Parts: sequence; C-alpha cells; structure tokens
Amino acid sequence: MGFNWLTTILFLPVAGAIVIALYRGANERLIKRLAAVFTLIPLALAIYLFIAFDRSAGAAGLVQFEENYLWIGPLNAYYHLGVDGLSMPLLLLTTLLGFLAVLISWKVHDRPREFFAWLLLLETSIIGVFVSLDLLLFFIMWEIEVIPMYFLISIWGSGRREYSAIKYVLYTLFGSAFMLAGILSLYFTTGSLSMLEISRQGLGMVQSIMPAGAIFWLLFIGFAVKLPMFPLHTWLPDAHTDAPTAVSVMLAGVLIKMGGYGMIRLCVSMFPDTAQQYAQIMIILALIGILYGAAVTLMQTDIKRMIAYSSISHMGYVLLGIFALGQVSLTGAALQMFSHGIVTGLLFAMAGLLIHNVGVRDLRQLGGLARQVPVMTAVFSIAGLASLGLPLTSGFAAEFLIFVGSYSSTTVPHLHVYTIIAIIGVVLTAGYILWMLQQAFYGPVKKEYNKVKDADGMEKFYMFLLVALIILVGVYPAILTDMFKLGIAPIAGMF
Amino acid sequence: MNLTLFVPELTLAAAAVAVILLDLFVRDKRWLAWLSLAALVTAGGVAIGMWHGEFGALFNNMLAVDGFAIFFKVLFAGIAILVVLASTDYIGKFERFQGEYYALLLMATLGMMLMAATADLISLYIALELTSISLYVLVGFLKDRKSTEASLKYLLLGAIASAVLLYGMALVFGFTGQTQLGAIAQALQGVSLAGSPGLLMGIVLMIAGFGFKIAAVPFQMWVPDVYEGAPTPITAFLSVGSKAAGFAIILRIFHSAFGLPDWLAANWGMIFAVVAIVSMIVGNVTAIPQTNIKRMLGYSSIAQAGYLMVGLAALGFAPATSVMGQSAIIFFLTSYALTNLGAFIAIIAISNQIGSDNIADYAGMGRRAPLLALALTLCLISLIGMPPAAGFMAKFYVFRAAVLNDLLWLVIIAVINSVISAYYYLRVVKVMWLGKAASPENLPSSTAPRFALAVCCLGVLFIGIVPGLFLRLAELAGKLFQF
Repeated sequence: MGFNWLTTILFLPVAGAIVIALYRGANERLIKRLAAVFTLIPLALAIYLFIAFDRSAGAAGLVQFEENYLWIGPLNAYYHLGVDGLSMPLLLLTTLLGFLAVLISWKVHDRPREFFAWLLLLETSIIGVFVSLDLLLFFIMWEIEVIPMYFLISIWGSGRREYSAIKYVLYTLFGSAFMLAGILSLYFTTGSLSMLEISRQGLGMVQSIMPAGAIFWLLFIGFAVKLPMFPLHTWLPDAHTDAPTAVSVMLAGVLIKMGGYGMIRLCVSMFPDTAQQYAQIMIILALIGILYGAAVTLMQTDIKRMIAYSSISHMGYVLLGIFALGQVSLTGAALQMFSHGIVTGLLFAMAGLLIHNVGVRDLRQLGGLARQVPVMTAVFSIAGLASLGLPLTSGFAAEFLIFVGSYSSTTVPHLHVYTIIAIIGVVLTAGYILWMLQQAFYGPVKKEYNKVKDADGMEKFYMFLLVALIILVGVYPAILTDMFKLGIAPIAGMF
Repeated sequence: MNLTLFVPELTLAAAAVAVILLDLFVRDKRWLAWLSLAALVTAGGVAIGMWHGEFGALFNNMLAVDGFAIFFKVLFAGIAILVVLASTDYIGKFERFQGEYYALLLMATLGMMLMAATADLISLYIALELTSISLYVLVGFLKDRKSTEASLKYLLLGAIASAVLLYGMALVFGFTGQTQLGAIAQALQGVSLAGSPGLLMGIVLMIAGFGFKIAAVPFQMWVPDVYEGAPTPITAFLSVGSKAAGFAIILRIFHSAFGLPDWLAANWGMIFAVVAIVSMIVGNVTAIPQTNIKRMLGYSSIAQAGYLMVGLAALGFAPATSVMGQSAIIFFLTSYALTNLGAFIAIIAISNQIGSDNIADYAGMGRRAPLLALALTLCLISLIGMPPAAGFMAKFYVFRAAVLNDLLWLVIIAVINSVISAYYYLRVVKVMWLGKAASPENLPSSTAPRFALAVCCLGVLFIGIVPGLFLRLAELAGKLFQF
C-alpha cells in the first residue's frame, strides 16, 4: 500500500492540537506558528495527491490512495480510507480552508491555546468525513465535529453565542441520531459497513426485510440538517452570525458540504430508485430553499447574517443539482459545493475582517468605504460577484452546470419548469449582493471611518489566494469537473 | 465441590472481617483502605486467573462459576477498587466508623459477585439482600438529615421491592416446582400462554423487583433523594455497581430460566421495551431542570438504565442461541461503569474542595482545575454517547443488537432521547468552561482520586477508539453461560 497519505493528512491536525494543548511552554506566537505548520503540511500533501490523482477514464468510480485495515473485528468495521473523484476536491478544499482558518485567526488573542487546539481538531474531523469509506468511521468523524464547534462558538463567538452553540449542537445531534438509526439499518440489511461494498452490490436484498425508503429517509434527515435544507435550516443563521470568523469560514466553507457529500455518497448512490422516487419532493424543497433563502437575505442588515442566509439559498442549488439526478447536474452540484466553499469562505473572512477593522456590523451604518479600504473593497466585490454567478468566476461555472444539467435531465418530470423557477433565485441573489456592496463600500464617504486600516500583508495573502482560485476555477472549471466526473459517472450511470 | 472456585468471595468476606478488626488497632486509618484494596485486587486477580480454567458449580448448583460470572466478578472488583480510591479523601468527613465503611463496601461487593454467579432463586435472594442491606447502611453514613432520610427511604422502598420480588419468585416456583434456573427452564418447555397467566404474573413481579435495583421507571422514586443524600463515593457505587449487578442477575435469569419458549421471551422482551421507553423519557426530561449535579446524574442513570433495557428487549426478541443481546449489555455496563465512575470521582474531587454540589458552583472549573474539568467533560460526552468516548460504542453496540432484532422503532426513540440528554450534560460543560470562576485560586486534588480518574478516562478513550478487545470479552462472557 505504500505510504499512508490519507492517514497522515487526517491525523496531522489533531496531532498539532495535542501538541498545542500539552506544550505548556508555548507562547501565543509559537502556538499560532505550530497551528500553521500542522495545517500547511496536510495542505501540501493534499495538493500533491490532487496532482498525483489518476484522471484517466479507466479510473472512473475507483477509489485511490486506499488504506484498509481491520479495526473492530466483532463489528466487522474497518479503518478504511480512500478518495475518489468526488471526495478528492473536497479534501483539498478542507485542507486549504483549514490552513487559511489559522491565518484568519491570527488576531485571536483570547485563550489562543484552546482556540487553535479546537480548530485543528475540527479540521481532522471534517477531513475524516470526506475520506472515510467505512460507515462507522464516517459517523464517528461526523459526530466528533460537534464538540469543537460547540466550544468554538460558545467561547469565542459574539452576540447570543451560547444560544447559537447549543442550538447548533442539538440540531446536529438530532440529525445524526436519525443517521445512526439509518446506518444501523443499512448495516442490518447488508451485513456490511463498507460504503463501497454496499453501493456496488446494490440494495436488491434490502426491500425484502426493511423498506429501502425508510433507510433512505433516516440517512437523508441527517444530511438535510447539515446542508441545510429548508425547513431544517434555522440553526444556520444563528451559528454563522455568532461564530468567530475562522469558524464561520470553516462552517460555510466545508462543514455544510458534508451534507451534500453525504447525500451523493450515501443516499443517491446507494438508493438510486428511492432517490428517483422522491426527487420531485426534494427539488421542490430545494426551490423553496433557493427563493426563501434569497428573499430573507434581502431583508438582512447584519453583514454576517446576510452571508449566512445567502448560504441557504446557494445550498438549495446543490440540492437541486443532486436530485436532478443527471451526470451534468450532479457535477454542477459538486462544483457548486467547492465554489461556494471558496467564495463564501472568502466572504466570511472579509466580513470578519471588516467587522474587526471597522467595529461595525450593521450594513446601514457602513458606507463609502471604497476610498478608505480599496483592497478590501476590491476583494469583497469579486467575492460578491462570484457569489451571484458572474461569468469567469467559479460561481458561474457551477450554477451554469446545475441549470444546464437539471434542464436537460429526464429522470424527473417537469424539471425544466423547476429549473426556470430556480433561475429566478439568481436575480434575487444579484439584488442582495449588489445592495450589500453598495451599502458597505459605495455612496458618500463617512469621515468616522477615515482611520480604518486596510488589509495587512497576511490578510492580503489569503484574500488574493482565494480570489485567484475563484478565477482559476471560473476560467478553467475542467480542472475540477474532470475529477468530479470520475466520481459521479458511476452514480449517474444508474439512472 | 471445589472450594478453590470460591476464593474471590472468601477473600472478600475474610477481608471485611479483618478490616473491622484492624480498625481497632491502627491509628492511621489509611491502612484500612490499603487492606481493602489488597483484598479487592486479590479477588479480582484470582477471578481473572479462573477465566481460562475449568468452570463449575458450587453448593448444589446454587452458584455458577462460568465466564459470565467471572467477567462480572472482575468488573465488580474493579469498580470497588476505584470507589475505595475515590473514598480516601472523602472519608475524612467522618471521624468514626471508617472500618465499618470499608467492611460494608467489601460486603456489598461480595453480594454483587454472588448476584452475578447465582443459579438458583434462593441464592439469588440471599445475594440481593446482602448487597442491599450493606448499601442501606452505607447510604446513611453521613448521618446528617439528608443522608438519614435517603437511607430510610432506600430501606423502606427496598424492602417493598424485595417483598414484590419474593412474591414473584414464589409464583414462578409454584408453577414450575423448581428454584434452580436450569430446572425452571426445563419445566417451562411446552407451557403455553393460555395455561399460565400466573407464571407471567410472577415474571412481571420479578421484573418489578429488579426494576428497583436498576432504577427503572416506575421504580425509580428513591433515586434522586438517595443519590443526593448518600456519601458521593457510595452514590457512585450505587449508580454503577448496584445497577450492573441488577442487570447481571436479570441477564442470568431471563436468559437461563425464561429464555424459552419464544412466546415467553417475546412477552418479557416487550415489557422491557416499554419500561425502557418510559425510563429514557422520564430520566432525560426530569434531568433537565436539576440544579444539583448528583441529582442530575441520578436522573441520568435512570435514562441510562433505559438504554440498557433496549438491550434487554433485544435479548427477548432474539433467537435463543444469539448472544448479541447479552454481550451488548455486558459491554454497555463496562463502559458505563468507567464513564459514570469517572464522572463521580471528578465530582468528588471538585465538590470536596468547593463544598457544594450545585452545578452553578462549578463555574470556571475549566480555569481552576483544568484536568478535573477536562476529565468530567470527557465523561459527560461519553454519557451523551458521542465519539470518541466509550459511551458511543456502547450505544452503537446495544442499538445494533436492537435493530438486528427488528426493533428499529425502539432505537429511534432511544437515539432521540440521547439528543435530549445532550442538553443537560452540556449544560455542566458550559458552566465549567464558560462560567466565571468564583475565585481565581486553583483547586488542589490528591493522588489517589487522580489516579482513579486517570484510569477511568483512559479506559473511556480506549474503549471508545479500539473497542475490539472488550467487545470480544463481552461476547465471550455472554456465551459462557453454564446454566
């Protein structure tokens, strides 16, 4: 098997967390440097894997860099890691945002030891979700993420942070409670915990013992809470708004992608018939999410809350793309997950920086900042335009694929009507993004903000990095879509 | 009869007498703790040595020495060791009667070991009473108003429960003409439902009697007051040892005597399923408003009994040859013992210093006693049933057994209850890490409890991350029934 790349990537952050927690002599500077090192190496390794990934057509549906060891004999559970075309880009995204989250948190001075330890543990658990191929391991990673999130939001957050933190925890646990029941049923009906084996064999035998629909829904609820799907989304605005900046970035950037990933990986690929049967309901819920999310976003005045609500709308596109059940639409959904990760990650980082430097988070009080902070204005505008899907940005590529894919998909009736309704959402998005930019950065210059500092060197570094990525993916989306297709082709082939 | 099989029990009985005698002569009462520890370690060690030896029966098939009994003997010895370690500080609260304290603790442990080994209704009753009477006294050891009230309450309700149990046993005896578990099982073959309402009545009454021991709703009335009033190490002992002993005896009887015919097993399986649901809901919902941490853990232990009974329900619905239900319960009990003892030891260490059991007074413990707070946090997370702690694996294993026996509906109720429980467990975590400390000074803690706590926490993590070894042990223990 050679070198255990994925294990190394998976456990380096948590090793860093342990070092930081136990190394009593470390001062704040050293802690931050350690955190940066322990997230930079996984990023470098992930980039290497991304490049070394076999993209040939023969690799479609194959898992690469696989590691498989017996873990719990009596349960038939394996320590089974691997990435395919679907999870590889998400792994890259997680390690990237994990590293940037450390840079974004450079100005955290309150209890830094605990903060960075929790942040690194969070990164490990998210990576674990994307690389696990064993259901038990997947679920454990899924659950572990809750604990660091609870502490990160409730200690370093703002506003009603304790309320938001416990709300987040209860929603997540509620969803994963159903997911656990679903995993147990799946285990019961197939006798296996291996995701690969279950998808490969299909669930032919399941219907005889337990209705596949029941298992599908049990699993789906867990993912729908995380995505979040309307009407299970109400934790998201609170958690995003009150979380510290780096955590908002992780939350919007990768955490909620776990929901979409799980839907594709478990719900759709293991239960193709059931997914098709209920696709229409899902798409209607997706449309409600898109339009309702966008409409509510229009009414927000808190800058972070606004971006948070826009996530609900954007995740609606992901849900639409998934349940249009076509090769193109699924690829679009996966690309949208990646694109939303970098775009919204950047938006949250910028919003956090703005709030930190200006000290104001109410859009109605901001204004005219373009003169005072030109760099931030430019980056914020690019991120905003990417979020509304301007051509040459990643947002455009993703949404275009979703719309084309769902319009042309034949697996679900009336899809082109739904697609046209969904496109209305784009108009609303343009509305709130432009309004936000105009409120914050344009209009008459306000004197009280004359002394506001613009981004410093490190901040410019991560901003420009993300901007470059947004444009790279926008101009040349094949760098990701070629890979996504390898993972999605066998799934889409079932319809 | 081979008395070498009885060495662990004999050791404890002798040590209990020796501790009382030694109490008369030594000034430094720490010797008493050392002697008790030595006896428990010997008893546990001998029991471990018997695991690979020959099994057998004692006293005319009154007691079984099989893998199941040996597993529990080791478990009880381990629990008692941790409780003794946790008591060393606490015991300073009472000047006198330290010898009696340790002696009674040893006697209660002896009773629990006998409970796990019992293979006859008569020896069952004797073992149960030996445990109960020792515990009645231990609960009242603080001699203040709350402790005395708790002891009296425990005694009165316990006596009623014993009477109900005895009545149930009498009915079963009347129907089968046997007291030996294997003989009862034989007599029950071919009995039909229509011909034996009295038998079912007897079984229901026995469930009620045992329900008191394991603190299942509606026999849980004593729990909050007794947990609050008793000396905290005894509360820990009650919540873990007494519960494990109760489940051991239920497993033994319901597997050996009432396991067949299938209609009978399905009947009591359903009773346990219903009691499980009620216990989980009542335990979790009433735990939410509690302000005293011992009371809260009392209600939480009711809920935990509910999760365990999900395993009993699975046992009832499983085919008689399957060991999944038994091994799930054994595994859950092991991980629960480590988790709950860890939580209580941390509470003893903290409360002893701040002189309060109120959750609000735990504010700022994350700063004042970071290691204790971290340990307590880990144990609470394990009680919620979240990975990577042992509680997750335990629940996973029990729920798996239930799902495999077509009890998905019960599992869904149980997992939703786990979510409810997260609310009150995390409240303590929140207070410790987010609350403002009443004073900035650090809390000191002494070596023995710290050692015990470290054992618990490492065990919780070990079982949570690589549970294979303990799962295999639990499976073996579940298989090795002699009767």
